Amino acid sequence: MTEQLLEVKDLHVNYKVYEGLLKVLNGVFLRVSEKEKVGIIGESGCGKTTTMKAIMRILAANAIVAGGTIAYKGQDILQLERQELMRLRRTSMSMIFQDPTAALNPVFKVGEQLEDIVRYSESTTNAPTKREVRIRAVELLKSAALPEPERILDSYPFQLSGGMRQRVCIAMSLASAKDLLIADEPGTSLDVTIEDQIMRLLKEIVEERGLSVILISHSVGAVKGFVTKLYVMYAGTMVEEAPAEELFSNPVHPYTQSLLKAVPKLTGGGVPEGIAGRIPSYLSVTDGCRFASRCRFVKEHCHTTAPPAFDIGNNHRVACFAYGGS
Amino acid sequence: MKRTMSRARFDYRRSWHKFSKNFLSVVGLGVVLLVALVAIFAPYLAPYPGHAEFYVDYPEARESPNWAHIFGTDQFGRDILSRVIFGFRYSLMMAVVVLSLVVLPGVVLGLVAGYYRGGKVDMVIMRTADIFLAVPPLVLALSITSVLTPSVFNAMMAVSLMWWPWYTRLVYSISSSLRNEAFVQAAEIAGASPFHIIFREILPNCLGPILTKMTLDAGWVILIGASLSFVGLGAQPPTPDLGTMVSDGAKFLPEQWWISIFPAMTIVLVILGFNLLGDGVRDMFAAEAV
Repeated sequence: MTEQLLEVKDLHVNYKVYEGLLKVLNGVFLRVSEKEKVGIIGESGCGKTTTMKAIMRILAANAIVAGGTIAYKGQDILQLERQELMRLRRTSMSMIFQDPTAALNPVFKVGEQLEDIVRYSESTTNAPTKREVRIRAVELLKSAALPEPERILDSYPFQLSGGMRQRVCIAMSLASAKDLLIADEPGTSLDVTIEDQIMRLLKEIVEERGLSVILISHSVGAVKGFVTKLYVMYAGTMVEEAPAEELFSNPVHPYTQSLLKAVPKLTGGGVPEGIAGRIPSYLSVTDGCRFASRCRFVKEHCHTTAPPAFDIGNNHRVACFAYGGS
Repeated sequence: MKRTMSRARFDYRRSWHKFSKNFLSVVGLGVVLLVALVAIFAPYLAPYPGHAEFYVDYPEARESPNWAHIFGTDQFGRDILSRVIFGFRYSLMMAVVVLSLVVLPGVVLGLVAGYYRGGKVDMVIMRTADIFLAVPPLVLALSITSVLTPSVFNAMMAVSLMWWPWYTRLVYSISSSLRNEAFVQAAEIAGASPFHIIFREILPNCLGPILTKMTLDAGWVILIGASLSFVGLGAQPPTPDLGTMVSDGAKFLPEQWWISIFPAMTIVLVILGFNLLGDGVRDMFAAEAV
């Protein structure tokens, strides 16, 4: 087995709000090895972004990590001192946000922001000169397939289009992501043609640089052809883990099956069938399976005990009593 | 701060265009510049510079406005125009000293509280600010100056003490909402220190409202200073302070109206000037409707 770069085990994250305690993440697990491309899919509000924020340690102030470990290169990120964490963020991992409009500081030129990151992402011993930083920034923009990098460095974010801004964000994350890149729905706020371009670019870049990637999406189509391993998330739990091919050809969890069926097809067949019901309220979750209320194959004990992840062979794991347990 | 300004390269022509779209802003700027120049060159402009200090000339006391004394003379025979001209110095000094004492701590506290939003630091800073805001400003200033000996310096200290929470609140409202913006998180992810995030990501986004508030506040600080002097807790005679002059002349109203009306009109002029200027500064920083 290859070296694990990132291993999340049994992660629990709660949010303290006025109404009470939102038990959002419930035993999330995730493994990313070196140079592996991993996807996480699931509908909105199922905890995908929360998981990534926990890995980056940028959870909101009212979030409480109630349990679990996040091992990154053998160190538990949750236990790191701030200095260590800052070093890690500067040199090893980075994240691309959903909305490129909001991810750039509106009052600084792109160049100023990118050069800042470049300056701090280099090794601390010998500080790069202004010229070196500029050259590196231009290189980064070029690698993000941006034409006229010099002009873009001198532009303010509002002078660029959405697609260009997302490319700038990719360039920025490349400056500090030497090992792991997290892409949180990088194309969702863009139109489909641009989204497709961005996804192709991203794939090219990570393969060329040998980065590990976690790609988050609620669209099955966007991750297909990009990732080698897929996790399906539902209501703060990982319900299924499988190699991408395996998952698409042989989905086993009832939620995954319904999710894949819900994708509209160009070949006709009318409106696809959806999944009845909605994600349970995180305020009043039971100890049982969180999908129980929407599941067609629900059994009595599903409501009272949560299924652990059962290994069903082929690196395929599923959290459902239909495939193991009593 | 200087560094961030030069980094963002301030576009003077565009800013002037936005500022001068409203003619009244230009009037305000003119008034403020005029007042400042008059204050600086007071000894050369005042017809009787000696009248700004201790000076008594009873035969000429309480003369109505005439060619020798355009604003008339007060109860000691001092030329009111000369004293008004020197009075600008104290008014502007009040504004400059108070604002420079207040803005730095007020803004830094607001930024820090906003950065640590929801935590203990936030609570301690913002509740302290609330306590200061809960006391009526003039009452607080009055009680402080009456405990200490009344003087211009103590009046400035008193006003500063009650003024910083306004900046803390203003900056807090912006910084606490910027705290969760994606670009701040993006900076965190890139490994930026809290210092960088507070002063290089959040502060530059607060500069417009801070500058606008400073300009508008200059007028209000002058007014509070004049009020303190009016009740005898600010500048002491024979200092030519506008507030003191209004209060001196109040005894002779309505017959010898010029003694307090001219200094009072001057206070109005200065505050109006700063308010108009403040509106212009606000327009200058407002996002352009495209």
